[in-house]
Amino acid sequence: MTDLSVEVCGLRLRNPTMLASGVLDETGKSMLAVAKAGAGAIVTKSIGRDPRVGHPNPTVVELDHGLLNAMGLPNPGIELYAEEINEAKKSGIPIIGSVFGGTEEEIADLAMLMERSGADAVELNLSCPHAKGYGAELGSTPERVESICRLTRGKTKVPILAKLTPNTSSIADLARAAERGGAHCIVAINTLKGMAIDPESRQPILGNKFGGLSGPAIKPVGVRCVYEIYEAVQIPIIGVGGIASGKDAIEYMMAGASAVQIGTAVWTEGTGIFGKVCKEMSKFMKENGYATPRELVGVAHPARR
Amino acid sequence: MLKIKEHTRETPLIRTIRFQEKLPATPAQFVMVWVPGVDEFPMSVSYVGSRFGITYQIIGEGTKALSALKTGDKIGIRGPYGRGFTLKGKRILVVAGGAGMAPIVPLLEEAAKRRIKTDLVLGARTKEELLFERRAAKSGATIHISTDDGTKGFKGFATELAWSLLQAKKYDAIYACGPERMAAKLMDMAARKRTPMEASLERIMKCGIGICDSCALDGKHVCKDGPVFSIKELRSFDDFGMTKLDQSGRKVPI
Repeated sequence: MTDLSVEVCGLRLRNPTMLASGVLDETGKSMLAVAKAGAGAIVTKSIGRDPRVGHPNPTVVELDHGLLNAMGLPNPGIELYAEEINEAKKSGIPIIGSVFGGTEEEIADLAMLMERSGADAVELNLSCPHAKGYGAELGSTPERVESICRLTRGKTKVPILAKLTPNTSSIADLARAAERGGAHCIVAINTLKGMAIDPESRQPILGNKFGGLSGPAIKPVGVRCVYEIYEAVQIPIIGVGGIASGKDAIEYMMAGASAVQIGTAVWTEGTGIFGKVCKEMSKFMKENGYATPRELVGVAHPARR
Repeated sequence: MLKIKEHTRETPLIRTIRFQEKLPATPAQFVMVWVPGVDEFPMSVSYVGSRFGITYQIIGEGTKALSALKTGDKIGIRGPYGRGFTLKGKRILVVAGGAGMAPIVPLLEEAAKRRIKTDLVLGARTKEELLFERRAAKSGATIHISTDDGTKGFKGFATELAWSLLQAKKYDAIYACGPERMAAKLMDMAARKRTPMEASLERIMKCGIGICDSCALDGKHVCKDGPVFSIKELRSFDDFGMTKLDQSGRKVPI
């Protein structure tokens, strides 16, 4: 098989597929199982300062071309979570700790605690669209994105990944702000804010009413965002949103992503999705004369064509 | 959304809802039941096939709201999900504790269709809480009853009664659903008797489709890999019979 290893902001990955935050990553042993299934790195559930139960059920709505969710950031709190990081680290692949907070300082402090817990990098959740006072509510303006990244940079040594929201007029502006603030990498995109209503009971289905749309339906949005960000910043990009095949991953990489994250496809394909995407990628690369995944990055842009 | 066709009281705290619709499911598979505006929770399918049904215990706000619904009211159903029991052998021992009888009774009916000789140990705290006794008798299973307080049958735990049966007879397989401590004790007994076993487990479930990690059990997921696990899997779990995750993902004792 083709060598699929990549290096993204100092993290060495055996292949460019990472587990996206929020899927099978609340417990260390589930993360180990995903690593065993072939993921190149793992992003943890978004972790906050205190234990949090999340939103009431229903927390997911299954759709034909995607999934709507409003889990509401459930997590056991950073203190207890260190044990899960420890377990996950037995896999030997990079473990990226995702954090969320209600203020700029809180996010930076959590990133510091996440680093102390043993995470190889931190991903700042600046983009959850359905938790009041968190995520996208802080990450929707370039000013705050910049200051959160800057504060975090001052308190950590590991690479900082800024996960951005597509629910904005210009994700490129958010990416530029993250780069200015000292982020080492951009992750795009988080889910698109959405809603589903049950006509018979005349009410929103999700316990939280609003949720985030993921899966195949949002892939063109994600690819477009990565393409725009690639033209706006110098730091590497990790693409996420609707990836379920090698071709999907290659689309993101050609748009400018150095690696990709996979979440919703675990629902439809199981954890075997990581191996499947890698196999399909390497087949495409072989057939089309690409020696390393790096050669794919950004080739859809005129300057690189 | 499905219309409630029939809503019946089984025991003081246990109710059954039947629907007009058909739902092909394996015994112990479950559905996610949505009570609009209240909550969504996993529930065992207690009647499989045509006019399928669910049976539940009133334990919280959600099930209380569900119990207030009447014939003609509508609830949301998604599923069936998970992996059910796999029937094997010619003579089996089935152990059900409390509301754990809900997914067991369709298993008895399936076993009867396949002419499998079945001993059922049906346990509850007290006589009124014995679930589906008549339906079990109709399936042709030999019924052994235990109640913790001795108001009917053997006075003591279902596991004690199961052990005496295991001492007297050789079974091809054991099937269990009930409190996790009961299932854990049965696992030890099955191991001692070198008898294959399957148990259906319960955990907090949110998504029901194998992604959110709420029902994680040693890297497996009760909603997708389970709820039924084989003795081999059960014995490999550190958490089985010991700990479970709460709503925020903290480990708490069983």
